Amino acid sequence: MDIKQKLRAFIEDHMAVQEEDVQLKDSDPIFELGFVDSLFAMQLIGFIQNQFQVEIESADLDLANFRSIDRMAAFIQEKKANEEG
Amino acid sequence: MNMDADPKIKDKGREWKAVVWDLDNTLWDGILLENDRVWLKPGIKEIIATLDSRGILHSIASHNEHGTAMAKLREMEVDQFFLYPEINWNAKSASLQRIRENLNIEMDAILFIDDSAFERGEVQHAHPEVTCMDASRYKSLPRLPGLNPRFITQDSRRRRTMYLEDIQRKEVERSFEGPRKDFLASLDIQLWITPAKEEDLQRAEELTLRTNQLNTTGLTYDYKELRKLIHSPGHKLLVCELKDRYGNYGKIGLALIEITEKYWHLKLFLMSCRVLVYGVGTVVLSHIMGEARNSGKKLRADFIHTGRNEQMYVTFKFANFREVAAHDKKRIVLENDLSFIQKIPPYVDLRTG
Repeated sequence: MDIKQKLRAFIEDHMAVQEEDVQLKDSDPIFELGFVDSLFAMQLIGFIQNQFQVEIESADLDLANFRSIDRMAAFIQEKKANEEG
Repeated sequence: MNMDADPKIKDKGREWKAVVWDLDNTLWDGILLENDRVWLKPGIKEIIATLDSRGILHSIASHNEHGTAMAKLREMEVDQFFLYPEINWNAKSASLQRIRENLNIEMDAILFIDDSAFERGEVQHAHPEVTCMDASRYKSLPRLPGLNPRFITQDSRRRRTMYLEDIQRKEVERSFEGPRKDFLASLDIQLWITPAKEEDLQRAEELTLRTNQLNTTGLTYDYKELRKLIHSPGHKLLVCELKDRYGNYGKIGLALIEITEKYWHLKLFLMSCRVLVYGVGTVVLSHIMGEARNSGKKLRADFIHTGRNEQMYVTFKFANFREVAAHDKKRIVLENDLSFIQKIPPYVDLRTG
């Protein structure tokens, strides 16, 4: 699975999505499709750190980095590129 | 200013939320596996009941056969007092770790009582924050300041019952098949957000003392300060109460808002960690954000990194707050332009007044 597939699987399993049968697209704003509560936010951060081996710092906790699957994937790739460089 | 020097930051380690008991030669005289005739130590049942009525929780970490020991506790009519008993052959430090997780409290809120210096040493080595006490001192427990909360509120008296309701809820959740949203919908969650009244203030003070993880500042407020604030035209003090089909969580959240010309300023926002799984902190935050927007103001919030409240920081950042000022590394001010507010989820029946 690539990064986006893994993220989508995690979000579908853990987020309290509002509508049934909504296919979550990579560009969809997750905050509008479901309810992002503090529990889900913590789980998501833990998942990203463990699954993709990146360290999320306070400065990274910007809504813009987590708004959609696309944005999360871009954020993860950027973090990884910085760490390797 | 150095945070640790601030007298308003709570001095931790003085108040215990739970007492964890060994059994053999601690709760009772004798060793159960050697001889079935063991007797509760004199007065110990009354001591446990007294602490229980103050909202202090009890649990067990004992090396014994689980079934045999539980049967003995039932026979002695004390079994109902103990939450998440760990009766097995694991290291006691591991048992304490599990009890801590199940009760969702910090290690330094545990008082561990055992007659064996070896077991106390093992626990102390693994968990330096735990207070260990020799079993011979049990009669002193009701007098210890750390087991004497300043107020005994309706919520503290019901604390064990609320944990029992929660155990039932967790069992339903484990066996629930289907999406999390459906589980949450099955709970019939009712959330009240109302201005604090005089009779809420003891519990409000207790919340500022007991809540660490979901707490924006860790600052404590006493009854007098809170009473001033509910009569102040420049402030709002909101109390949150939660019920679901399994029981009443009681008053579980508090928000103190200072109203200025341009801002609603959250001076304090906290939620009991017992309701963490229902995401109600974010619901309350959404509600406050909506109210601030309706009154034509922006929303600001004080935040102090206490080393325990990272989850609250994440909650604010995911609710679109941005850091706008920093007094130092730990004390910051967050601001929300209220351009984006998450809708209240349909599984929460929100009532305001």
